[in-house]
Formats: sequence, structure tokens, C-alpha cells
Amino acid sequence: MIRDRLGNLLYQLAALLLSFGVVSLILISVDASPWEAFRNMFAGSFGSLRKFAEVLVAFVPLLLVTAGLLVTFSAGLWNIGVEGQVVLGAIATTWVYRFFLDSNLPPALIIALAILGGMIGGALWGSLAGLLKVFGGVNEIFGGLGLNFVATALTIYLIFGPWKRPGVASMSGTVPFPDEFSLPLVENLRISPWALGIALVGIVIVYFLLQGTYFGLRLKAVGKNFRAAYLLGIPTWQYSMYSFLICGALAGAAGAMQVAAVYHRLIPSISSGYGYLGLLVAMLINYQALWAVPVALFFAALNIGSIQLPILMKLDSSLSGVLQGVLVLFVLLASGMQQKFARRS
Amino acid sequence: MTQETLLIGLAGVLASAAPVVFAVIGETLSERAGVLNLSMNGTILLAAMGGFAVAYTTDNILLGFLAGMLIGALVALVVAFASITLKQSQVAVGFVLALTCRDLSYFLGSPYMGVPGPRLQVVPIPLLSDIPVLGTLFFRQDFITYLSFLFIFLAWAWIFRTRSGLMLQGIGEKPAAAYIRGANVTLMRYVYTVIGGALIGLTGPAYSLAIRAGWMGTISGLDGIGWIALAITIFGGWNPLRGAFGAYLFAFLQWLGLVLQPVLTQVPSQVLQVAPFPLMILTLLLVNIGNAEWVERTLAAMPESTRKFFAKLLRAMRASPPAALGVPFISRSRKRVLGGLYRRICARGRKLRAVFVKY
Amino acid sequence: MNVELKNIHKHFGNVHANKGINLSIPSGSIQGILGENGAGKSTLMKILSGFIQADPGGEIILDGKPVVIHSPADAIHVGIGMLHQDPLDFPPMRALDNFLLGQSGGLFPNRNAVARDFRRLAEQFDFSLDPDSYVDSLTVGERQQLEIIRLLWLGARVLILDEPTTGISASQKSKLFVTLKKLAGQGMTVIFVSHKLEDVEHLCDKVAVLRAGELVGEAKPPYTTSKLVEMMFGKVITLGARQPAQGGNAVLSLENVSLEDVRLKIRNADLEVRAGEVIGLAGMEGSGQGLFIRACAGLVRPVGGRIILNGRDMTGKSYHAFKRAGVNFLPAARLEEGLIPGLSLTDHFILAEEPDGLFIDRAIGQRLAEERIKSFNIRGAPHTPVESLSGGNQQRAELALLQDPLSLVLLEHPTRGLDIESVIYIWGKLKERCRSSTAIIFISSDLEEILQYSDRVLVFFSGKVSRPLDAGKTSVDQLGQLIGGKNWADMGEAYD
Repeated sequence: MIRDRLGNLLYQLAALLLSFGVVSLILISVDASPWEAFRNMFAGSFGSLRKFAEVLVAFVPLLLVTAGLLVTFSAGLWNIGVEGQVVLGAIATTWVYRFFLDSNLPPALIIALAILGGMIGGALWGSLAGLLKVFGGVNEIFGGLGLNFVATALTIYLIFGPWKRPGVASMSGTVPFPDEFSLPLVENLRISPWALGIALVGIVIVYFLLQGTYFGLRLKAVGKNFRAAYLLGIPTWQYSMYSFLICGALAGAAGAMQVAAVYHRLIPSISSGYGYLGLLVAMLINYQALWAVPVALFFAALNIGSIQLPILMKLDSSLSGVLQGVLVLFVLLASGMQQKFARRS
Repeated sequence: MTQETLLIGLAGVLASAAPVVFAVIGETLSERAGVLNLSMNGTILLAAMGGFAVAYTTDNILLGFLAGMLIGALVALVVAFASITLKQSQVAVGFVLALTCRDLSYFLGSPYMGVPGPRLQVVPIPLLSDIPVLGTLFFRQDFITYLSFLFIFLAWAWIFRTRSGLMLQGIGEKPAAAYIRGANVTLMRYVYTVIGGALIGLTGPAYSLAIRAGWMGTISGLDGIGWIALAITIFGGWNPLRGAFGAYLFAFLQWLGLVLQPVLTQVPSQVLQVAPFPLMILTLLLVNIGNAEWVERTLAAMPESTRKFFAKLLRAMRASPPAALGVPFISRSRKRVLGGLYRRICARGRKLRAVFVKY
Repeated sequence: MNVELKNIHKHFGNVHANKGINLSIPSGSIQGILGENGAGKSTLMKILSGFIQADPGGEIILDGKPVVIHSPADAIHVGIGMLHQDPLDFPPMRALDNFLLGQSGGLFPNRNAVARDFRRLAEQFDFSLDPDSYVDSLTVGERQQLEIIRLLWLGARVLILDEPTTGISASQKSKLFVTLKKLAGQGMTVIFVSHKLEDVEHLCDKVAVLRAGELVGEAKPPYTTSKLVEMMFGKVITLGARQPAQGGNAVLSLENVSLEDVRLKIRNADLEVRAGEVIGLAGMEGSGQGLFIRACAGLVRPVGGRIILNGRDMTGKSYHAFKRAGVNFLPAARLEEGLIPGLSLTDHFILAEEPDGLFIDRAIGQRLAEERIKSFNIRGAPHTPVESLSGGNQQRAELALLQDPLSLVLLEHPTRGLDIESVIYIWGKLKERCRSSTAIIFISSDLEEILQYSDRVLVFFSGKVSRPLDAGKTSVDQLGQLIGGKNWADMGEAYD
């Protein structure tokens, strides 16, 4: 048992080193110093309070999405449609804001309603993929991908159509909402403690849901063996649907944060790819909620840190994505190797 | 709109579908062998960037295309190794590669952003290009578009008309049955995944050296093509002809979006471009719904004649993917992939020797 | 072709599936291989057809020459073709493509020539096969015919048929037998693997009987059925003291129930099960008993008739409704359908209980697990993942998961692959249930087990269901003949 753990750790460590090695080679191939690049990325994310606040801005939606994906992964589902669920969350939040634009309700209530609306929007979009899967037999990967594109098109349609800026519509999005519609931010920084709080509450709820409750255990049973779970008396298809709804709601909350705390309007790429990135985080932590916070923070730091690269080193900021992807790839390959050697011996 | 502009527009549709055709054919071959190559979206971008970079540096378009194919083949090799040899989830590996290759293309491609580079020229085919209508449509294209026409036919003929293609169908359908008929399932899966990957890789330079010449990074408009090609592969029912039809339909819808833009001002062109996706979901729904348990139970409660009618209807609609798609094949015999290849070569050698001895 | 097998051994892990088998089959004969499930027939035939390799030391000799067979492709190369029980063909493809697939030759096969060969061969054996039809529209019998002509076309001179009469109609069966006799007449060697006595007696020139991996004897016509049965199942067992059921109330009644799946139809079955009673379902794999037991569980919806549970009409209700009404089903595939690999014993016991609030009290779960582990004698700890338990302990765990009280338990092969100790223990636990008036319906391929533990027995033969037989008045011999499709008329009241 302990040897297993140790072996696991060794393989993971090897994967980590290898991926940094590979990325270093890539950097060397473009005549850049790997050391300098990694140092700049670190400085770009943890170098100042302002930079760290930016990391937290990225961390919030990433953590929410990861939390949601842990639920669908537990149910044995590859909810690639999470990206679209983030988008629909943002759209629904914008819709609620627009609906109350001229009302006399207290702004705090409107913000709460908007976030709730975002969660409902994400959940409904998630349930669409779920219905297709459960009643139509459509694989959630393809159903989800299709719905992602539809969601993006819907955003653009709204921005250029019914919700366009007075005068000329543009890729810069809808008209920004008044300041009182924003979640309160820390002074001089772009991070909202409320958003951070919501994200942390989200992951804590998911952690306890999966670790300690009957619901979580049954969900895992459904994910690991659908047939046996049914015979044990678990209402299997209902649980699949619940997992889509929960994940959709959390992804919708991520979309709501993007609107309510970051952009204050709907923009074409409102999800910023956090849905897909969340899938990587969930894979890397091997679907264990406990690790979600540090790994999501690490990934967010990479994203923000890499923003410095074009300015300081004339390197493209997509290096962070390369590093994240290579890391997950090597962890997958390493666990495959480990299993292969275990089988052989 | 005059007839001439309409024809030129449609010829443009055929050309702009060419890259997607390669991707669809490549994915079809790979999936037919039982390996889902989900990395396509990233592969195409990386191959587009790599192909352009090589062609730009060497000033040789052909090398650019070859580089794209090599990139596609290498990425596919990783997918094959992880899924066939290491038995990891094809979905996980493919998805990670899709994201990684995309970011890698942006990272490595930044020096080539917006540089003017070589571009494939239109080569009208003498005589044929003068045929009215057909000449404009089919014979005033560039080399890569001609190649796409050829590959549609070749892939179709390979899968459905040759002995090897028949075996390919068998491997994807029931590897155990293909194995008793003499197939080296593992090796063939590797081969088709890599060849399919090379074709997917061809898609990249087909954009960056022809239809949308140049490398524009994130604004190349290529991000998403791979997912669309994946959907078209399913829409095409793993048949190159139907797949190509899907690719043309997709290109046609895009073109229609552009043409109709002035008329339907309130509908942005991006909206028309997603039309294939609801269509894809609907197709998948019709194709799969017969497998749902509630359908079976509902049918059992119906009177016999109704039951038989619906059972037939559902059966007719069903267009199942290769049954062994994504399922690892574990041969009971101990022979290794290369060992099998080696023995086969030896057997060929023996046969040849026998022939020589005879004469 | 003369086939000789010398000293064939095969181990799968600790299981010794073939123990030094020697067998010689002359050219032009039909050799029967008889034995119950798990006797080692299939293993032997897979070795001969190259699907698996024998342990070193054995020999396969064809026409006096030793051959080495590495793969099925090698086997067909030396003239051995095998017809597998589950047809190894490609359902969504056309018959002609199936026929052609695997033939070596140039890149572009000459389809017209192949189609001519196809028609000629089909005609020769009076098979009405259309080369353009899709295989998934053919019956199992027709798929066999397709496979037979394919193997002959590829040059097979030894034809192995593994349980070929399962799932085909009577007329197809008689056509198959005519074909096989014709082939033997042409000098072909036919090896016919079956556990159906009737078929073997009817067809074979010689029969070899396997039991527990060993060749226990050979027989030639005229066959004595009772002697074959004795060889198959060992010496005729004198039954131990059986525990007759107490007469209870009707728990489950099937009235005129009709069932359908892709392969089988069961028409108008009736049964009444009383509290505390044990009903054994006998029959070869795939004769309809699996469909029947799933219908009793609500997992399959009948296309006709009524299912009544404790006086309530449950026709068309789901398994979960049946479960709430006190019915539990334990499937044969323990790790595929019964238990959840990756979860521990404690997790399973918690899942089987009704949720108590939102959060799981792990301490209670742990106590529950310890208690059940003790009372069901499971060798494992509460945190042990189920997949690392042995088969016997997995089965005990499944029993420990049953609800209490329960009016009916449905079990599929409850003791398959288990050691004797576990078998006795499990039946002890089940009989305990019966005394608290739970009824049991179980499927087994072990006839002795059926007669030992059942009160009444239903026999299934290709979708036909016998009337309930009194287990106390039935012998292994009689049962063996019935599951082989013999003597159904003598039962008098047997119905379709």
C-alpha cells in the first residue's frame, strides 16, 4: 500500500520533471532561456499584490468549473460541454441584469438574482447535454461540443443582434453595466472577495458532497458501474442528470462571475477557455477534490504569469497552455506506464 | 447574381472544403480502425503553423505540406501509443493533445505572425477547364483541391473496394473476428491511426499555404475546425463519400452565410456557421435513440404489429459507429506486434523462395 | 485429414483447464466432444484452432505430420477451421464481404468471381444465402451456414463446430446435420462440440467425453444415454437429505407470460412460486432461462401476460418497483453487474441501506460492515475494495447485501466457479432465508446443484419451458436428457 503510494509519487514526479524538461527544450529551440522564462512567469504571477490579485481573478472561474467537473467525472461523464455551460451562465446573468436595469430594487439583490440566474442558465444548458445522453443515447462529448458552439454563436448573436450597443455593434461586447451592478472589489485591485468566497464555498461543498454524503457515494457507484448501481437500487439515470445539473450550475456561476465581477458586460469570449482548462485540472488531480485548490491556483498563476512573456521576452503567452497540457499528458502517460509495468510483474 | 459569379462562388466552396475533407478522411480511417483521434483540433493548428513555417523558411511549398503531414502523424503516434499500448483513455489523451498542440502552435508560430509567405497557385487543367460549368467548378482549382477530390475517391475505394479496406472495416467492427481471419490488429491500428494523422496534418497547410494563406495565430480562424471535422466524421457515418458531402455542406452553409449577410443583416454570419452543430446533434439523436432502454420498454408494451414496425424503423435509422471504437483489443496469444510483423515477412520470404526454387 | 492430439495441457493461472488429453480422429468421421460447461471442451478446441496455445509438451499431428499453430490464421492455413459458438462475423457488413474478409490475395478482390464461388458452395449444400444481404438480418443458423462455406472455401479440411445447435431452429439443425454428414462423406473431418446428448448421439461416429479438464472416456454407437450421462457428470450421485419446502402462500405468479429478445421467444409461460420454495431453472446457456429470470425481476418487460407479486399486479413495473416489493436479483457477472469495482465493502453496505439523512456516518458504516463480514464469513476487511476479494467472498458479499426481509431472491449461477466450502456455505445461508419464508429462483448449469437444492425444477430448451418438475422425483439422467432436448414428449404435460 505504502509502496504503491511511493511508486505513484515517483511517477508523478518524473512526469513533472519531464514536462518542465520538454518545455525547456521548446524554449531553447526558439533561443529563449528557460530559466528566465520560468522566472518571469513566477514574477508575473506572484511578484506583486496586483499580479497575485489577477491570478485570483483567473482562479475563481477555474476553481468553480473544476468543482463542477469533479461531480460529472464522479458520475463517469465527460462533460466537455462545460465550456458552453459557462457561456450560458454569463448570458443568463447578463439577461437578469438587463431585465433589472431600470428597476428600483437594491443592487445587492439584483447581483444575487443575476448570479442565481447564471447558475440556473448553466444548469439548464447542462441538462440539455444530460437529456441527450440519458434519453437519446447521444455521447456527452459530442452533444457537449455541439452545444458549446451553439452557445458561442448565441453570445455573438446577442452582442451583434438584440443586445448590441447603441449605434454600432462590436466585438468589444455589450454596453457595460453601471458600477453598482458589480460585485464589490478590493480597492485598487480587480479581485472581488465575494467571488473568491463563492468559488471556495463551491469547492468545499463539492468536496463534502463527494466525500461524506450518500449522494456522493451513490454518484460514484453510478460512475464506476452503472449496471450494478441500478441493481443495487440506485436511480441511475436521475443521478446522471443531477450531476449535469450541478456541474452546469457551478459552471454557470463561473460565467456569472465573469460578468458580475470581471467584465461587467457580455463579451464574445466570455468563458476565456476556463471550461476546457478546468477539464485539464480535473484530469491532473485525478478527480480528487482535495487537490483542486492548489492545482487550479497553479494553473491560474501560469495563465497570468505568461502574460508578461510577450512584453519581457517577446514570447507568446500561450506557453502557459503548452506547459499545462504537456504536464497533464505526461501524467497520463506515466500512469499508463506504471499500470503496464504493474500488469507485467 | 450572375451565373458566372455563382459558379465561382461554388468553386470557392469546393476549394474551401478541401482542408476539412482531408481531416474527415483521416479521422474516418483512424476511427474505422477503432482509435478515436480527438486531438484533431490542435493537430490542424500545429500543422498549419508548422507547414507554413517550413515553407516560408525553405521557400518550398511541397516541404511545407510534408511537414504538416509529419506533424499530424507524430501527434497521432502519441495518441496510438497512449491508447493502444498504454491503454489510457483515448478521450483524455486526445483532448489534452488538442489543447496542447493548439497552444504550441500559437507559441511557436508567433515569429511567423502575418508574414507574407508562399501560396499555392490555381492551376487550371488544360482542356478540361474549358468545359462549361464543370470546368469552372472542378478544373480551375489549386493542386491541394484536386488532391482532395482524389482522396475522397481513394479513401472510399480503399475502405469499400479493397481487401485491406475490408479488413480495416473488420478490425473496427469486431477485432476478435478480424484476428481469427489473420489480422495483426494492434499493428493495423497503429498504421491507420498514423496514416489518418498524416491526413489530418495535411489539413493545416491546406489552410496556411492555400485557402487562408499565412499564419495569423489566434485570429487565423482555424480554432474549431477540428471539432467541426470531428462532427462531420460522425455525420458522415464513417464513410468518406458521406463525410465529404458533410464537408461540402458545411462549406456551402458558410458561403451562404456570407452571401446572405447583406440580406439578413440582423443574423450575424457566425450564427449561420454553427448550423451544422444542431444538425449534428439531431443526427446523432436519430441514430442512437433506438439503443435507449426506455424505448425498448415502451416497445414491449405495444401491440405486436406496432412493436415490429417501430423496431424496424429504429433499426433502419441506426448507423452505428465501428463497434470496437475506443475498445482495447487484447489478443490471447502471446505474439507481440513487431514479432507478428517479423513472422509475416519471413513467411513472405519463404513463399518467394519457394517460387524461385520452382523456376 | 487425420487429426491427432497428444498430451495437451493448458493452465490459466491456477486453473488446469486441459489435463493431458490424447485423442485421435480419423479422416472422414464426425467426432463428438461431450461435456458439461467448464469441462474443458472449448479450451481444447481453441488450442486446435490456434486461438490459444497449449502448454509446451503437447503435440498436434495432422496426417502424421506435427504442426505448430500460432494463430487462427495459421490454423486455416493448415486446413483447420472453427465455427465459434458466438458467430465471429461482422453483423453490419454484407454476407459476401464477410465471406471474402480474410482471404489472402491481391488488393482488389474479384467480387464477381467470389460471388460465383459463394453461390456454388451455397447451392452445393442447399443453403439459401443471398450474398448481398446484411449479416445482421440473418438468423444464427444462416450465419453458421455462411461461416461453414467460408471455411470450406478457404480450404478447411477439419471443421470444428462449438455448440452449433444453440439458438438455431429445428429445421436449420436438421439441415446442418445433413451438411455435416455430407462433408464427412467427402473425407472431411468434423469435430462436433456439444453438451446436447441428443445431437451427439444422432450425429457422431465417435464421442469423447470430457470432465473437469480430463478425457474420461470414448464411446461408439449404439450409445447408451445413461452411460454418457454418467461419464459427463461423474458417477450417478445419490442425493443427500433434501429439505422439502413448507407450503406457503403464493409469492410470485406468472400468468401466460410471453417474452422476447433478439434471439429467443418464450410463449405463454405459467408459474406459481410459494413462500419458502426453491425453484431451479435448468437448461443450456441461452435457452431462455436468463430472459425468464430477468422478467421475474422486472428487468425485462413481458410482451404479453401478467406478473403478480404478493397479490399485486406488477406487469411492466421497473426493477426498482420490484425491489421495493421485496425482490432482489443477483446476476452471474459479479464484477460487471453485481458489485462496483473501486468501492470498498463498507461502501457497498452503505449503498444497500436506505439513506439516513444527508451525511454518511462512517462509524455506523464500519460497524455494519464488520458485523456483516463476520456473519457472512467474508475474508476481507471493511476497507477492502471488492475487486480484490476472491470469487467466493464476492458472492458472500453479494448475499450480505440482500435486503431483509425479502419475499423473493433471484440468482444467476450463484455458485459458479466457487470452491466446495463456499458452495455449501452459500446454500446454507440461502436455505436460512427460505426458512424465514423467502422464495428462491436460481439458474445453474450444475444439474446436481439443481436437484439437490430445488423443490421444483423448470427446464428450458431453446425458448420452450417445461412444466415444473418435482426435484425429488427427477434424476440427473432425466434432467440431462431434457436440457439436451430429449424426451420432452414423454413428460406428457410439457408445453411449448
